[in-house]
Amino acid sequence: MNVLPELQPAFADARKVFNGRLTAIEVPRPDEVYFHAPIELVAGFCAHLHRKWDARLVSVFADDARTDAGAFHLYYVYAIDSARGFFIQRASVSPDRPEFPSLTDAVHGVNWQEREIQDLFGLRLLGHPNARRCALHDDWPEVYPLRKDFALRTVLPAFQGVRHKFREVEGEGVFQVPVGPVHAGIIEPGHFLFSVAGEPVLYLQLRLFYTHKGTEKLFESLPIGHGVRLAESISGDSAFAHATAFCHAIERAAGLDAPPRGRALRTICLELERLYNHLSDIGAICTDVAFVTANMHALRLKERVLRVNEQLTGSRQLRGQACIGGVRCDFDAGQLDVLRQLIASLEPECDALMELILESSGTRDRLETTGWLRPEVAHDLGVVGLAGRASGFDHDLRRDFPHAFYDQVKFTVPVRTEGDVLARLMVRRDEIYQSFAIILQVLAQLPAGPVQTRIDTIPPDRTALGYVEGWRGEIFHWVRTAPGNRLARCKIKDPSLQNWPALSEAILGNIVPDFPVVNKSFNLSYSGTDR
Amino acid sequence: MFNILRNSLRAGVVTTSYPSTPPEVSSRARGRPEIDWANWQDARPAAASCPTGAIVHEDRDGRRTAHLDLAKCLFCGLCAEADPAIRMTNICECAAAIRTDLVTSVSYALKPDGTHERMDSAPAAPGSIAATPGQPASIEALAKVIQARAAKVLGRSLHIREVDAGSCNGCEVEIVGLGGPVYDLERFGIHFVASPRHADMLLVTGPVTRNMELALKKTYDAMPAPRLVVAVGACGCSGGLFGRNYATCGAVDAVLPVDVYIPGCPPNPFALLHGILLAVDRLPRRS
Ligand code: SF4
Repeated sequence: MNVLPELQPAFADARKVFNGRLTAIEVPRPDEVYFHAPIELVAGFCAHLHRKWDARLVSVFADDARTDAGAFHLYYVYAIDSARGFFIQRASVSPDRPEFPSLTDAVHGVNWQEREIQDLFGLRLLGHPNARRCALHDDWPEVYPLRKDFALRTVLPAFQGVRHKFREVEGEGVFQVPVGPVHAGIIEPGHFLFSVAGEPVLYLQLRLFYTHKGTEKLFESLPIGHGVRLAESISGDSAFAHATAFCHAIERAAGLDAPPRGRALRTICLELERLYNHLSDIGAICTDVAFVTANMHALRLKERVLRVNEQLTGSRQLRGQACIGGVRCDFDAGQLDVLRQLIASLEPECDALMELILESSGTRDRLETTGWLRPEVAHDLGVVGLAGRASGFDHDLRRDFPHAFYDQVKFTVPVRTEGDVLARLMVRRDEIYQSFAIILQVLAQLPAGPVQTRIDTIPPDRTALGYVEGWRGEIFHWVRTAPGNRLARCKIKDPSLQNWPALSEAILGNIVPDFPVVNKSFNLSYSGTDR
Repeated sequence: MFNILRNSLRAGVVTTSYPSTPPEVSSRARGRPEIDWANWQDARPAAASCPTGAIVHEDRDGRRTAHLDLAKCLFCGLCAEADPAIRMTNICECAAAIRTDLVTSVSYALKPDGTHERMDSAPAAPGSIAATPGQPASIEALAKVIQARAAKVLGRSLHIREVDAGSCNGCEVEIVGLGGPVYDLERFGIHFVASPRHADMLLVTGPVTRNMELALKKTYDAMPAPRLVVAVGACGCSGGLFGRNYATCGAVDAVLPVDVYIPGCPPNPFALLHGILLAVDRLPRRS
């Protein structure tokens, strides 16, 4: 397979620079190149791609390939945005020396991803600044659930011993405020430990993975078709985006594509998902600064979108709509009218809602300069999605790696540099209007034909990367297929996993009572992180 | 200020009159599946297409017993695609107080080719679809007694504490909406509260992860009696797709006594309201 023309220069360069040190190169798809290289090359490869090609390390994960290849494989996925392609480094780790070097000191964004590999595969991290447990809480026995010799339904003994220990923070007048995992509001579970001196927050420690439910392991036990339903339960508010990213990976593995109408309807559904979540978040941000009226309007509008989702797909949250090869339900003329009416009625309503919020000086006052994520920090942490774009880090797979029908529509990617709660709210507002425009353009040029390509058998032993820009940010699913329409591995990367460290930075210097609104302005998925 | 008023007046009243009127769900909405038990020929295609094992069959000694378990059902409609004897209804009011009421089991005579036929004296299905609670009329009546009952039993209105015990957050998307203007739980005198110490009801989502088990138990222990537990969603009712695995306990009732189960993935707001109202009816009567 030939490498994508845009990707050729980077490809030629990598071959030249690492000449002789690469053991193999595979190009299963023009925009997805695998470099097999020894583990010692990981840091050098990363540094080179980053400096020379501005590559982003978007996912780091492991795969237990001991039965087929006699080793664990580590994968480092780089997005080269300017060249619309992915370079993936694969390195082997021998079972006799189950350890791997950390990149966290250089690339902060991989901190948790590396520790997760250590927890779930039992590969020891070398040189990590804080190599404590992460995915499995400290009360778990010594087990490595993602190894192939660990059974999904293993019943682990009840725990006795020490629970998770947090770092001590000391100093005159410093005290600690623990919150969670059960919170005051209706939100997902996580533990936050604030260290404060008076009101301002000095340091925030996060403890997540409370909702870890063995999702990646479960994928390995399901027929691929059922995996689509499981993908919908990775993060419910992104059910369609995750399921579509999963389907995208499977389609790429099978070498097939969704038909044009299927891709168009995917785009519509992705934008509907974005719409209801952005409306919901705008309202929730207002609630957290006590402007409840705005939230009531936002919930009213969100409900309209959910009901249209139901009329279009049978499910308010678009569940059951994703399928391998396209989408399940086509929309008839009546349904398309319902969608047009929704957009027509939402536009003036959103104008009114935003006017209400922005002319409330009390609300603005609470949102401006609150939860400031500096652009340099966003860049260093590789913050993705709308949170990144509100701090000037301009990446959007819809534009940079057009999937579904995004190459057929014109839209802009709203970017701000203020990096505060208001900026994240405004990015959402601007994206809502872009979503309207995208949906209307898709409707205006909706192709005829089937909505689904039938894919009956998925070839085994293929690896493929699928991706979707969800409303929160970029979602990656990487799969390795197995015989009998099954998977040997499914790696899920939700944007939340990348973005949590940004919350710890953005909250510094803010007062504890502002934490809910700062947290809500990111609205990261706990379930998407914990899986 | 003027703008706030103007917007509110323009929006008007958007609150549903449910449960006085039926749930406002689209005719295309996927609610619970309905099997034409009498004319069903073969349980295998549906069982193979069902991602959660909500439809299963046991074949033994020339006899087949088929089960449909709404607690596990995602309302995904894959069974109906695979089998013309199954159709998806838009019925969402499926909550039940007893776990086994969500299961319908029917026995058949097994034929040599693997299909089945109705036995002459087929046992009546326990909790069969006709017997499932949830007729709007009864719910309407129920809603009327709720406030009086809640006041009598609790001496105040009903307070709910929500706990996400490992859900995918899909259930939370809908639960949050209950407090909005369309569903407006407060019209029943029902509120979400921040602390379990103020709560009469625990609304629990998720398959109860190992990492949330202790927090869930502690939350329950902190509640004053009498207290109710409502399991929400396929995961809360049965573990859903996750079931019991190395990281999950497999359902809320594996950890706490459950008063009402609300199926759905996720249950829509009407289903949630239905289940919550049903649960309040189960509050012990104080003499
Ligand atoms: S609707 Fe889906 S989950 Fe429910 S029984 Fe049918 S196939 Fe199974």
